[in-house]
Amino acid sequence: MSITANETDFLKIQADRHFAKKKLMSFGLPVLVVAYLTYIFFAFDILGLAQRFEADNARALVADSYSYKTHVTRDNRSGDVSVAIEGERKGTYPKGTSPEWVTLGDTDTVIDLGDGHVVTFGADNFVSYDVPEYGVITAQPSRAKGVQAVLPEGEMPEWINASKNRMTITTEAGRLTITRNRTEVFRYFTGWELFFFTLDSPYHGLPVGEVMARALGGEASAIWQDFWTNKMWRHQDVAWAIFETILMAFLGTMGAAMVALPLAFLAAKNFTPLVVVRQITRRFFDFFRGVDALIWTIVLARAFGPGPLTGALAILITDTGSFGKMFSEALENVDQKQIEGVQSTGAKPIQRYRFGVIPQVTPVLMSQVLYFLESNTRSATIIGAITGGGIGLMLTQAMITQKDWEEVTYYIVLIILMVMVMDWFSGWLRRKLITGDESGH
Amino acid sequence: MTDMTGMSRDAGGIRADYMAQVRRKRMMDGIILIVFVTLMVTGFMVADDRNAGGFWEGLHRLFDFPKEVLGEAFEKVGELPAHLWKFLPSLIETINIAAASTLIGTMLGMVLSLLSTRGMAKWPRLIPLFRRIMDIMRAMPEIVIALVLIFVMGGGPVPAMVAIAFHTAGAMGKLFSEVNENASLKPVEGLQSVGASWTQRMWLGVIPQVAPNYFSYALLRFEVNIRASAILGFVGAGGIGYELRNAMSWGKGQYDEAAAIFILLFATIVVVDQLSSLVRERLTHGKTERKLEKASA
Repeated sequence: MSITANETDFLKIQADRHFAKKKLMSFGLPVLVVAYLTYIFFAFDILGLAQRFEADNARALVADSYSYKTHVTRDNRSGDVSVAIEGERKGTYPKGTSPEWVTLGDTDTVIDLGDGHVVTFGADNFVSYDVPEYGVITAQPSRAKGVQAVLPEGEMPEWINASKNRMTITTEAGRLTITRNRTEVFRYFTGWELFFFTLDSPYHGLPVGEVMARALGGEASAIWQDFWTNKMWRHQDVAWAIFETILMAFLGTMGAAMVALPLAFLAAKNFTPLVVVRQITRRFFDFFRGVDALIWTIVLARAFGPGPLTGALAILITDTGSFGKMFSEALENVDQKQIEGVQSTGAKPIQRYRFGVIPQVTPVLMSQVLYFLESNTRSATIIGAITGGGIGLMLTQAMITQKDWEEVTYYIVLIILMVMVMDWFSGWLRRKLITGDESGH
Repeated sequence: MTDMTGMSRDAGGIRADYMAQVRRKRMMDGIILIVFVTLMVTGFMVADDRNAGGFWEGLHRLFDFPKEVLGEAFEKVGELPAHLWKFLPSLIETINIAAASTLIGTMLGMVLSLLSTRGMAKWPRLIPLFRRIMDIMRAMPEIVIALVLIFVMGGGPVPAMVAIAFHTAGAMGKLFSEVNENASLKPVEGLQSVGASWTQRMWLGVIPQVAPNYFSYALLRFEVNIRASAILGFVGAGGIGYELRNAMSWGKGQYDEAAAIFILLFATIVVVDQLSSLVRERLTHGKTERKLEKASA
């Protein structure tokens, strides 16, 4: 009796201990996580973020991603008026032409901003802005006397920012900026400007049906040419950049798989009985993986210069390490019987590998390689940003200029689509090639 | 598939059929191989062509830069410990970025995966929506978010952390929902029968079952995220990558700092790599042992 009592006591103690451990885990772990995140909160200075947050940048980014502005600018020294989309030379209307909401006159230029907002550039640098429900604002900027703005009676509203040498009027219809040297009007439009054709193309502004009809009428190649060489959006360069990125991922991944496969045999216990060889090969893999794509990219860029080849080689070297490790693990798990079976027919070593081992490991290796192909498409974007190739470079370049946010948005959308397509493609290939075990994933 | 009408039943017919099949398979394999080799070769040629420097001209220069860096590091080997000490804080920042983003990403991925697994989802109709959200999060390369956030909130660790966490959440969500598929729903039903809320059902019924798998994936991810956070530093998001870019820009004769950073980065990756594979191995082996005990009992 006493023995069983002891035993139950012992079991109870054990159970209590078990519960105490569980309790500790279920309460201790969340506490640990919260403590760490609190530490991060202060270490990363999250509170200071509010000050550093540049709301103007964020606003410009968001607004620019779905809209664009057209600048109407008058140089107050020469009196020349120019109309340019996004203020870029590539988007400038040829002299003497303008969009329909800008009327170029001999002396007066009338800019209709819509909703009754009208800006007029008069003679001798005179500017007037008729704001509905407020009144007419006039200014007579000159080199000597500054802006010389005249506002309607009453308190100055907050959407007008005026000083001696500069006045900015921001309304929902657009923006007027007057300085001594320049008078500039912005009008905002929704959409991406000149996405298909630039202003110098005869197809700019034509309705889709008309363009289609002309394409069928034998102008297809000219239309394609104008679209493909669009200077604003550079469709050709973008397509090449995407191709380069995918090429980096493809060459890197497949090259790594081809290099890693024979080496993996040297690192697998059941194929290389020599410990020394095995250890050396494994340390090689660890080294290639450990040095990391970042460092490989820097080192290789020194030798080969920037470009897709450098990116491909960086992926190749890093992944040779990863694949080597994974392949050798897969090789250690092969079924010996199949090899013996092949051997019993008098097969030589190479044939034993080819018919006894490769068919066994192919599905595993294939699936790993294809997983990497997708993830390397993402890596190639980043490596491209560092080494100077592919869509990653275009993205960073567009971001550095800090004005073409619609292009940034365009690239981001393309990158996400590219990765999703590669994801889908590698999944499809995996299902197609690996038809043995249908376990669902 | 094979023709079963008397005639081909005889040995000769079967043999011919078999040989034809083998030939067809070999031909298919051959075609695939040729396509693959062509792709590789032309791909290499195109990449070589579009690169600033060619492959063959660059090959012999491959070791020049490592030699230079190592040479300088050896020359100034006395300063190395000081450099290592100097860059330790930025290394810690890189590790912190990786750890915090792994933690946040894993927690977010956990919620997303539970919301998109059949039988567990709080709103079963929204499963496809959450799956698509995860797809998009997964497809988002870290650099995209990092660059945008650097523009909006300036450089520093936070953009990198958010960027990596965002991608991690999507990637983890997918892996976790695969784990969830294999979890037993019985504890969930049991908890439901006693009136547990969704959060309680998930926290008490599902998480204990899947926690070891989650943990193993999270560890693997931590490894990946250290690399990612080092790279993002290079494009301006703080940490050791940022220091590396600065050190590289000093140019010739000043590579001793770069060498110190290389060493730190390499050591960190190798250590984390080894540690995580050790822990993961113990995790899976512990489980099989328990399973074996159960089986033998």
